[in-house]
Formats: sequence, C-alpha cells, structure tokens
Amino acid sequence: MSAISREEVAHLARLSRLAVTDEELETFAGQLDVILQAVARVGEVAAADVPPTSHSVPLTNVLREDVVVPGLTRAEALSGAPDSEEDRFRVPRILDEDEPPSPRGEGPADSEGKA
Amino acid sequence: MTDVTRMTATEIAAVLASGEASAVEVTQAHLDRIAAVDERVHAFLHVDTEGALESARAVDARRAAGEELGPLAGVPVAVKDVLTTKGVPTTVGSKILENWRPPYDSTVVQRLRAAGTVMLGKTNMDEFAMGSSTEYSAYGPTGNPWDLGRIPGGSGGGSAAALAAYEAPLAIGSDTGGSIRQPGAVTGTVGAKPTYGGTSRYGLVAFSSSLDTPGPCARNVLDAALLHEVIGGHDPRDSTSIPLPVPDVVAAARAGANGDLTGVRLGLVTELSGEGAEPGVLAVFREAVDALTKLGAEVVEVSCPHFQYALPAYYLIAPSECSSNLARFDGVRFGLRVGDDGVHSLEEVMSLTRDAGFGPEVKRRIMLGTYALSSGYYDAYYGQAQKVRTLITQDFTNAFERADVLISPTTPLVAFPFGSRTADPYQMYLADLFTIPTNLYGGPAISVPCGLSEGLPVGLQIMAPTMADDRMYRVGAALESAVGTLTPPEL
Repeated sequence: MSAISREEVAHLARLSRLAVTDEELETFAGQLDVILQAVARVGEVAAADVPPTSHSVPLTNVLREDVVVPGLTRAEALSGAPDSEEDRFRVPRILDEDEPPSPRGEGPADSEGKA
Repeated sequence: MTDVTRMTATEIAAVLASGEASAVEVTQAHLDRIAAVDERVHAFLHVDTEGALESARAVDARRAAGEELGPLAGVPVAVKDVLTTKGVPTTVGSKILENWRPPYDSTVVQRLRAAGTVMLGKTNMDEFAMGSSTEYSAYGPTGNPWDLGRIPGGSGGGSAAALAAYEAPLAIGSDTGGSIRQPGAVTGTVGAKPTYGGTSRYGLVAFSSSLDTPGPCARNVLDAALLHEVIGGHDPRDSTSIPLPVPDVVAAARAGANGDLTGVRLGLVTELSGEGAEPGVLAVFREAVDALTKLGAEVVEVSCPHFQYALPAYYLIAPSECSSNLARFDGVRFGLRVGDDGVHSLEEVMSLTRDAGFGPEVKRRIMLGTYALSSGYYDAYYGQAQKVRTLITQDFTNAFERADVLISPTTPLVAFPFGSRTADPYQMYLADLFTIPTNLYGGPAISVPCGLSEGLPVGLQIMAPTMADDRMYRVGAALESAVGTLTPPEL
C-alpha cells in the first residue's frame, strides 16, 4: 500500500508554495512514497515514556545586553531584493482591485493569514 | 623551495613567517593552480581573485610592519558557498540565490578574516547542503580528484575536492548529516564536525537549524585543528552557541602525532561496523583499528541499539526544519522572483519563484517536512523522530561510559560513479548511514583517511563526547602518524 497519494502530494506542494508541474508531481509522488515508507520505521520504537529532544544544546532563555549595535543600512538591506521602490521591498499585488483600500499604515482587517 | 600548493597549511605558515615566501606569492600560486585544474574539477563556484590578492597584500604589509600575526595569517582558505561573504556571491548551490551578494559576513568568515587567512573563493555544494555527491548543485557537479568520473561526496564536495586537487590547503564546510565527513572520507582528506554549538551558525544559510554545524577541512589533522581553533568559540549572535572556550584541539593534535594512545579506550560500534558497508571498506577499517591497537589503544565493543533508527529519524527531523527554514525564500527580500507581471497574485509569484528556484531534492525535502509536521501526522513522524533522537543520545552517553571515543568507517562506500544513485533518492541518503547518529546527538566527529579500497580513499570516523573535540584530534593525529596521509594521482 502506498504511504502517500498523488493528491496528497499535490496538496503538500500547494502548502509548500511550489507550483510543481504534473510531470514533477508524478515523480515526487513515487519518490516520497519510498522515502515515507522507509522513515516510518521510527514508529517501531516503543517510546511512550521517552521525552522528545528538539535540540542537543540544553540552553534556555539566552539573553544578552540590550545594547544598540550598528545594523544594515537601508540600502544594504535592499541590495539583494528582486525589486524595490521608494526604499522599500516591492511586492506583487496582495489585494484584489475591488477591495476597498485600507487606511494608510494599516493592513486590511482580514489580512491575517492571507499574505 | 617546493611548490607551495603541495605544502600543508602548517608548512605554508612556516615559510610565510620565515620570509621565504610572501602571502601574495602563496595566494597567486593557488590561484594559478585553480586556473590550471578547476575547469576539470569544478570545486569552485566563484573565485575571488581580486579579494584574495588584496587580503594577501594586507597580511604582507602587516608582517612587514612587525605586527604579531596569528598562526594561519596569509594561508589561503576555500569557503563552502553556504556561508555569507560580504559582497562576494553566495548561492548555496541554488538558482534561487544566483547572483546574491550578501550585505554581511558570517561569523566564521569574519573570524577567518580576523585571523589573516586569505579567502580564495566559494566552493560547490549540493543545493542548500542537501545531498551526498554535489550532483544536486544547480551549477553542475564537482569531480573527485581521485577519479573525475566519481563523486567527491556531499554536500561539501567542492571544499574536499579543492583540498585533494591542491587548489587550497584549507577549506570550510558545514555538516548537518555528514556533509564535512563524507566528502573528507571519499577524497582522502580530513573533515571535522565540531560539537554542535561549538562553531557559530550566524551567516550559515540555514538547512536544519538544530543540526547545522560549520567546521574545518584540511589535508591533515593538525591543519584541521588549527582552522578549528580560528573559527570556533562562543558567538553572541547565535543563540545556540555554547558559552565555553574552544577545547584545546591544536595541543591534542600535536600530542596525538607522537603516536602514543596508551590508556585510550576506543569503542567499536557494532551497529556501524558491519551491515551496509562494502567489504573493501570494512577490510581497510579493520586494518586501521589494528594500527590503533598497536599504538597502545584498547578496543572495546559497544552496542548502540537505536542507531538503526538514526537515518529514518534524521530524514524526518532535517526535512521538517528545512521546510520551515526555506519558507523565507519567497521572492521578496533576496534572490530570484518569477512571474511578477501584474497579473499573478503574490501567492502565485511565490509558488512560481520557488518552483523555478529550487531543484528536485530541495522540493522533495520541503514537501516531506511539510508532511511530517502536518496535523494528523505530526505525532507519528516528527514527534516520534524526536523521541528516537533522545534514545540515540542515550546510546552515546552509555557508550562513552565504556569508551573515550567511538570509531567506525566514515562511509559505507568509497566514491561512487556519477549518476549511480540519483534515480532513487533514498539510495543517496544511505551514503550518510554512519555519519548521521552524531548529528542527532550533537557531539563532534572527524573523518581521517585510513587507506585505499579499489584505489579509492576510505575514511575512519572518530566520534567524541560533546565539547570533547580535543579527543578526536588526538586519536586522529595518532592514526595519521601510523598510516600516513593519502596522495591522489596527478590530475
């Protein structure tokens, strides 16, 4: 039985913001199936009482002095951007044209999770 | 004077200190070597001729002015293209960062500059450090100087090949699942993965943040230790950096070179010395273990029963972290942007950019990680892998009660021919079978050449407890004193 279907891979590609072609989808579905069946072996370990490890370094709350240090200039921060305008990163259109413009300096009321 | 490109870093430092050669001469010799052979080897993605000569002139001027200089001042170094270099292209082997010139230096590169080393350029790698052969580089693979039809290992194949081709005496790599050690093993060079947190990740383009570790590559153990000392140590800009001094790796390498391992207990890991490895690799490994025994070391057999789950756990943890880390490549702040024609929406532009900018292995891992982290699958995949990580750490802790260091072959295979493992991605993953456990635990490990199988290099891996990096250098240098370094055929 396959661990993952072609439809599931298409869904993963959408979640991952990867505009994969049908041909890619076909290849990835087969390959991800092989990989998932192999890595599913982690389930063989009985680990109900084992705590998870997210990190090998047991450091918590790493703090440093709140001191101002030089950062990148605006020009440096924008230097690698594919497009910029008026000292800002220029992004493609987010709102549909029929949506009312938001007040200056604030996002649209329902912007959360949209961009 | 012998050709400086054949010298070790330590020898180059000596001729620079004595005035027999200038840093400019040493740098030019390496640039000439790169010009002569790199068309065939393809170790470098970018050669910074002007920057290198400028650094070399600065070191020569400081030396002439009588300044006190560090032990590696004026020695050339090649840097894996995963570390940011101010104003110098940093692609991570990916089309998505083609032509990107970072506005800042990574901490490792800052420290290389502060030590007066001369950066020759940036070396080739599998895209985003995901791969074991450099075949996943968007800019074409690197050849192994031992046989240009074979892989130089990966992801840091460019750094290892630059050393074996005498294009650089020192190089920097990064190790997430073996990307320093496996290339070291298959090119007959030395590659060390420091303790996680012992070298800074600031400016290291992130793949899997809980595993990524920059480290030194060289043609011998002492040179690697000298480079380790330069780049290691606490960095307040990396919140996972360990606030402790660098273990005295240079003294350990010098001590090991006397070839006395009396009282040192070597743990032979049962799970890493049989199944999955080529007979030729195992034969060379066993001879090396015999050589270590003759130096006075005691060999104890240790079992790490959960190591068999290390590869599956790694291929859930690393892709999960990668899927999160690589979300930043959205075509807005740096790199490629595709489809921004006023018609496509922001989301479509992001999807088109990422599909055009990422290669197949990166896409596979992003999707795999997205799957492992998604609700409904999280507990069975990512959550379970994190528990396996705990059990593997316990295996290491138990083993280090009986042994000072653990040993194994570095890789199951010698360098394989191009194209032999790309059709089945999981076959490629198996190249890291022996290197991955250490990454999950977080301790240091080094690969040291120990002989040839079918005319190709075999590496011996030495794993040490967290922050006991000095131990692996001592044992590695002792091994080197017994078996010598390997010399590749002339290109």
